[in-house]
Amino acid sequence: MSECADPETDDGAEAETWVLPLDGWHRELGARMVEFAGYWMPVQYEGIIAEHLWTRESAGLFDVSHMGQLTVSGEGAAEALEALLPGDISALKPGRVRYSLLLAEDGGILDDLMVTNAGDHLYLVVNGATKWDDIAYLREHLPDEITLNHLDDDALLALQGPKAAVALGRLGLVPDPGDLRFMQVGACRWDDVPLRVSRSGYTGEDGFEISVPAEHAAALAEALCGQPEVKPIGLGARDSLRLEAGLPLYGHDLDPQTDPVSADLAFAISKKRREQGGFPGAERILQLLADGAPRRRIGLALDGRMAAREGAVVYSGDSEVGVVTSGGFSPSLQHPIAMATIDTASAAHGATLEIEMRGKRLDARVVPMPFVPHRYHR
Amino acid sequence: MSRYFTKDHEWIEVDGHTGTVGITDYAQGQLGDITFVELPGEGSAVKQGDSVSVVDSVKAASDIYTPVSGTVTEVNGDLDEQPELVNSEAESGGWLFRIAIADANELGSLMDRAAYDAYVAGL
Repeated sequence: MSECADPETDDGAEAETWVLPLDGWHRELGARMVEFAGYWMPVQYEGIIAEHLWTRESAGLFDVSHMGQLTVSGEGAAEALEALLPGDISALKPGRVRYSLLLAEDGGILDDLMVTNAGDHLYLVVNGATKWDDIAYLREHLPDEITLNHLDDDALLALQGPKAAVALGRLGLVPDPGDLRFMQVGACRWDDVPLRVSRSGYTGEDGFEISVPAEHAAALAEALCGQPEVKPIGLGARDSLRLEAGLPLYGHDLDPQTDPVSADLAFAISKKRREQGGFPGAERILQLLADGAPRRRIGLALDGRMAAREGAVVYSGDSEVGVVTSGGFSPSLQHPIAMATIDTASAAHGATLEIEMRGKRLDARVVPMPFVPHRYHR
Repeated sequence: MSRYFTKDHEWIEVDGHTGTVGITDYAQGQLGDITFVELPGEGSAVKQGDSVSVVDSVKAASDIYTPVSGTVTEVNGDLDEQPELVNSEAESGGWLFRIAIADANELGSLMDRAAYDAYVAGL
């Protein structure tokens, strides 16, 4: 037995693997730890499928402390950040979160991220694998009078699932984050511990993302997992949940060669920015918006049980039309699903395509995403 | 009957000239939830160490190598509908295929249970 392809357990880079605040907590619970984005992370506890289904029906706690938490502050911070993102950051109201994209000068996607207006500063959550590059890019491109801080003393937990609000409610946070709606954020206290709580996540379910000082992370995780609705969930299920939710994963579905329009993330380009431009790659991106992109990120539902994996070539008849960017077996749907970037001419919903896996052609159908409906608390 | 093991975590149960092949309990634990098993074709001639089967888990796909050379005589059809048998009964009901052993001397290159257990303990 040998693994054909598993980027999460690529142990080629053992030079330095960092330990996150909850490392010991995960190990005590019997998590299988893997190296991911430079850190030891829990990939699973009892099993990916069980954890996945538990999150969909109850609530799961994810440790995502490998992600980068940054603040951008100073006079004109929103405008300065807008020069690097296609979102309308200066119109973002206090207490609101927005999904956005860090763009290279040619309009390629350097990262996807969440931007929060936290009142006197902006709070960013960026991907773990890209955070050091993001920090360097932001330092280089933000004006000197804008301050960039890396909150590397804070852990980040995500509580996701239909029972997340009930479980979190029992901890007695002040004010009650249950009053938040999807993509709203608030500063709360858990006894004396200051928390940053946003109603958001990466599973398609209702839920919260909670930034907590590292020294209180284990106590918070323990308190949450002490609720009967909550179990700890590993990275494995995080990936299968986000795939079902149609949410792209940076480094797989998105990369510097992909622009926002091809990535089917045009919603992240706000109306004002479409009219005014002024973000990196604006000329190219606005042209793609007007003309349509030649390739597009789409969802594929597969027949049978063999999963298509990243890198598999997609065919329409004899013609190569694209490539799978992530794929796997959907625990909720009980068949394999995939995201792929394919020629727009073959991207219509219902189009039947084939995916080549290990010399076989698998039948696949272009379907709308999300594969599993979102259930956000709007 | 005797059972032998490979460093790649396959087992083979030998009964006369026929071997039954599967993956070890340790292997299924490492792979996690198995969602699909691609089995070799019945009648296919295979050589020791060939990748003859693929086990798909939620996380990744893994090659399975035949512990010995020979001809595949039977595959475990139950796995089409219940690939999870490889998780729950890795070293019994979750077997993958049967093989007519071409050269019994190849078994000499494999480990017995005690050697395999010691090997896994050192991983």
